[in-house]
Amino acid sequence: MSKYDPTTERMAQTLGYVSLGLGASMTLAPRVVTTLAGVDDSALARLMTRVVGMRELMHAAGLLAGPPELVWTRVAGDAMDLPALLIAMGNRHGTRRLRAVLATAAVAGITAADVYTAWRTLSERRQGERGGVTADNVYTAMRRVQDRTSGSVGPKHVEAAVTVNRSPEESYQFWHDFSNLPRFMIHVDSVEPRGDGMLHWRAEEPLRHKRMEWDAQIVEDRPNELIAWRSVDGAVGPSMGAVHFDTAPGGRGTEVRMELDYPESPAGRVGMAVAKLAGEAPDQQARDDLRRFKQLIEIGEIVRSEGSPEGTHTRQLLRQRPAQPLPS
Amino acid sequence: MKANCWTGISSVEVEEVPDPKILNEHDAIVRITSSAICGSDLHLYNGFIPTMKKHDILGHEFMGEVVDVGREVGNLNIGDRVVVPFPIACGRCNSCQRGLYSCCENSNPNAGIAEMMMGHSPSGIFGYSHMLGGYPGGQAQYARVPFADVGPIVIDDGIPDEQVLFLSDIFPTGYMGAEMCDIKPGDVVAVWGCGPVGQFAIASAFLLGAERVIGIDRFDYRLRRVREKTGAEVLNYEQVSVLEALKEMTAGRGPDACIDAVGMESHHANPAMYAYDRTKQAARLETDRPFAIREAILACANGGTVSVIGVYGGLVDKFPMGSLMNRSLTVRTGQCHVQRYMKPLLDRIRNGDIDPSFVISHKMSLSDAPSGYRMFRDKQDDCNKIVLYP
Ligand SMILES: NC(=O)c1ccc[n+]([C@@H]2O[C@H](COP(=O)([O-])OP(=O)(O)OC[C@H]3O[C@@H](n4cnc5c(N)ncnc54)[C@H](O)[C@@H]3O)[C@@H](O)[C@H]2O)c1
Ligand SMILES: [Zn+2]
Ligand SMILES: [Zn+2]
Repeated sequence: MSKYDPTTERMAQTLGYVSLGLGASMTLAPRVVTTLAGVDDSALARLMTRVVGMRELMHAAGLLAGPPELVWTRVAGDAMDLPALLIAMGNRHGTRRLRAVLATAAVAGITAADVYTAWRTLSERRQGERGGVTADNVYTAMRRVQDRTSGSVGPKHVEAAVTVNRSPEESYQFWHDFSNLPRFMIHVDSVEPRGDGMLHWRAEEPLRHKRMEWDAQIVEDRPNELIAWRSVDGAVGPSMGAVHFDTAPGGRGTEVRMELDYPESPAGRVGMAVAKLAGEAPDQQARDDLRRFKQLIEIGEIVRSEGSPEGTHTRQLLRQRPAQPLPS
Repeated sequence: MKANCWTGISSVEVEEVPDPKILNEHDAIVRITSSAICGSDLHLYNGFIPTMKKHDILGHEFMGEVVDVGREVGNLNIGDRVVVPFPIACGRCNSCQRGLYSCCENSNPNAGIAEMMMGHSPSGIFGYSHMLGGYPGGQAQYARVPFADVGPIVIDDGIPDEQVLFLSDIFPTGYMGAEMCDIKPGDVVAVWGCGPVGQFAIASAFLLGAERVIGIDRFDYRLRRVREKTGAEVLNYEQVSVLEALKEMTAGRGPDACIDAVGMESHHANPAMYAYDRTKQAARLETDRPFAIREAILACANGGTVSVIGVYGGLVDKFPMGSLMNRSLTVRTGQCHVQRYMKPLLDRIRNGDIDPSFVISHKMSLSDAPSGYRMFRDKQDDCNKIVLYP
């Protein structure tokens, strides 16, 4: 059971999405943001926008994945941004000034929401005690956040699903030809059947780009319905994986559901948040892999654009090339 | 090659960029013979569609000659003359097979960004932000056309570019806007926005049997064009109260169908109202200014249809939900499923039902695109529709 009332949790979540939106636009389109804020005349402002954008993405990861108390990190951020904006405002004239005023007003509004939400996390934790934003309370909250974000977390279970315009038979067969898996699983280099239902996997560890190899045993194989495998003891990859194929209603093809269990992750919550920001969290990977599976089985190839030449990959969303032909 | 690139808010530049190459087996490379500037491009130009990057090539209305094809493109030969539809669609997913090409499930490699903003992702679009795929557009000398086996239509006779170019977008878009109204005998259709898209919606409403069509805008030169080229009645919203006038013209019923061909950057005759939404939009408290859609809902007859083809990007404020719900209105929307309309509308052009070149007001060289954008945005020189030649 959560210690917070649902309103506080929802407010923290909402602020998480606000951070995500701000962070995404600041890192993807810093020029647009600086223009809106009336500070497009300064190269430093553009750089700062990117930096602050990265910070916003951290807030987002924290608030969306962690406890509502992480809203205090937003309050700390506001305390840095507001003075900077006020200074910028003072130095601008004309329409730039108007835009800076509007931007500052918007940030002030969000700050109010941050502080209020932060205050709620405190007062709910300390019912009966004197709540409110005191230095003491801020410190305790920060400590609590630290306690929760370090250390290890338990095994991670990941699920993803996609509907493909193909029959369960075709979907199952495509998947059961294990040499197809590296074609849509981004980090998998090869999957080699070694007899007796043994599969030898070779893959790259996403963040550290380290090569890994492990063996898995197929534990269940029901034609056109299910394939499940389990890593042999001491393996490095997911400890369990399964893919289910169900007929989608009304001739819509097949519902494909994938499950993966990762062993205990020593990186802990912070590691997971970093992976998420890099677009390499296990659930993001699973979703990307299924989207690519859909492209392969429906059209026979991975769809590439000049902005995303590698095709669908969450990591690439943050690293778009300009939409113009690749240099030859 | 030369290409017209987005370089920031209110700024485009013709740059020298690499020539496109085949990236997928379903691609074709097209040498562009003509392209056009669209009202949708103005939303990018004015900075209201997020996830643009500096040096993105713009343009989604283009045609030309096939100069290279990938291995999976069996229907096109080098040398074929083709018009390219603006939504990029695979033709094989469930949405494509239901004819919802602009909702293709496979053509947006950046679907993740679109999902964050819209819940689910629509198709990729040429030259229309990274959220919609990061594909270069066709205001250029060459373009890579994905799924060339599905989208482009071959024009095998000498019919001039100007008559078929708009099959790429605005003719099908206007037509779909009118088709979504399910026009029945006796129906009165009102169209907000008399830009090229509105003009095609008006012409199409007549083709589909509307009794009367009323075009609404504030630029007299556009209203005059509508009256002369389509025979529709017109209202200048700066001179009359649109709601009053429509009631009066329909003896109190209101139009049976209302088409919004304005979209997210609509304008209001009252400066205070305009300033209210303009400010909220500048502060990103709403992303879209919804005057036209608000008015279209309030004007529509009970039980009528509001057809939205003007483009919106995100959130609107003060949306008249009560009017919509209590009066049994139907809302229909969409980026146009162009692939669905190209063949039947080409037939209509060949039959002489319509000559789409009537919207063209300016022809320019691709290298003049920057001044073309300014002129089209500011509605200078009676600018209606600009065609660019590379
Ligand atoms: N759905 C689609 O597939 C699709 C395809 C192409 C274009 N579009 C959209 O259609 C819209 C129009 O495109 P266009 O090329 O004609 O652009 P345009 O800018 O030439 O025309 C817009 C017109 O709307 C008028 N207008 C503004 N505010 C108004 C109001 N409150 N009431 C009535 N009229 C008003 C303007 O004066 C202008 O004449 C744009 O939003 C564009 O993005 C949609
Ligand atoms: Zn267009
Ligand atoms: Zn499709």
